[in-house]
Amino acid sequence: MIRVRLPQHLRTLARADREVALEVDGPVTQSAILDALEAAYPMLRGTIRDNVTRQRRPLVRFFAIQQDLSHEPPDAPLPEAVATGAEPFLIVGAMAGG
Amino acid sequence: MSGVRVLVGTRKGAFILTSDERRKDWHVCGPHFAGWEMYHLKGSPVDLNRLFASQTSGWFGQTMQRSDDGGHTWEPIGNQFTYDGIPSTHQWYDGTQHPWEFARVWHLEPSLSDPETVYAGVEDAALFRSSDGGQSWHELSALREVKSNLWQPGAGGMCLHTIVLDPNDPDRIVVAISAAGAFRTDDGGQTWVPINRGLQSPYELPDPDADVGHCVHSVAMHPSRPNVLFMQKHWDVMRSDDAGESWHEVSGNLPSDFGFPIAVHAHEPETVYVVPIKSDSEHFPPDGKLRVYRSRTGGHEWEALTDGLPQADCYVNILRDAMAVDSLDSCGVYFGTTGGQVYASSDSGDTWAPIVRDLPAVLSVEVQTLP
Repeated sequence: MIRVRLPQHLRTLARADREVALEVDGPVTQSAILDALEAAYPMLRGTIRDNVTRQRRPLVRFFAIQQDLSHEPPDAPLPEAVATGAEPFLIVGAMAGG
Repeated sequence: MSGVRVLVGTRKGAFILTSDERRKDWHVCGPHFAGWEMYHLKGSPVDLNRLFASQTSGWFGQTMQRSDDGGHTWEPIGNQFTYDGIPSTHQWYDGTQHPWEFARVWHLEPSLSDPETVYAGVEDAALFRSSDGGQSWHELSALREVKSNLWQPGAGGMCLHTIVLDPNDPDRIVVAISAAGAFRTDDGGQTWVPINRGLQSPYELPDPDADVGHCVHSVAMHPSRPNVLFMQKHWDVMRSDDAGESWHEVSGNLPSDFGFPIAVHAHEPETVYVVPIKSDSEHFPPDGKLRVYRSRTGGHEWEALTDGLPQADCYVNILRDAMAVDSLDSCGVYFGTTGGQVYASSDSGDTWAPIVRDLPAVLSVEVQTLP
């Protein structure tokens, strides 16, 4: 199972725990994780990536194993530790404000 | 016993304020959706327990919510607003053409006859309709065929912020867009015409009486007289007696004719309310005095309503969707401020009192009159 950690506002919206477990078929990529997440929690569609362009929203970040993966290609395989569920895939609201 | 339910959208959540018909003691419930920008909440006039809400976030974009129990519980509904066909372009700040991009839902207008039908006014400006209680949304895209290459965003974005439904004719809808103007359809959205004749924008447009491009801030109508429309424009308070075919200025003796909201008394179609703001660069009341102005003559002659409102050192703004009236026998008038106050009058504006003083900045106020 893939472990995905949600930011507070999306947890509230999805009425989900801080961390959700997802079954992902095939290669574990950002796109595959988000497809599985949106299938399990349809109310999250459009909140992490744009409904039309499917691009990551500008103020959302993806972290794992202490790396920022936000700018990696959406279909690139994620690190083994994420794919095996040893480490969570973090969806983070970017720092904004001042 | 009858009562009212005031739906308040703020920068950091939604609040529901309820009272009985005396409107003296209030129950404050919220924040709902804490931390989210709640641009607008509005209830269905057919099913008073059905509420729609626009929930947005700079991080997570647009989501939508619906309640079927008067705001006690909410469920997410459809949030996919896809422009019809290939998105056209509008004028950008630098004069180039810029493709339509969805940003947020500014205004929700439930149908007057069908609880499943609701309209959404969005930025970049367009009108969407849902016929399934908000699960799916479809653009009435003919609106964007009306010289939309000349529309351009104002400081607040190019938003469709006003939707006025005609109680006598379900095919007639009036909308207003910043900064494009007012538009009307008489065939349910298949075709639209600009209704801006008589508007003058000498400081904002090279052609002061252009067909489109005027910065309309809000439009109000009394249901007993759908052909009479009142408009708060960027500058000027305007009136139309022919469903927008022509407008004339009724600013009269207002201390400033700049402002955002406009509302009509529930039982007196010639009684109109505005809140004058000093100017487009100074978004606060003239002289630091928060005054609602009331005309009982359909414009031209205005009286200041001050009893219970701060008359010194007040520098808040009142946004376009932040004033509403109830329809109890003694008409209630409500407005919210960017300082987080929601004021109520249960006597048509003669006297005022705050319901709450310290909410986040208020974006919208709507009122439901409960049986």
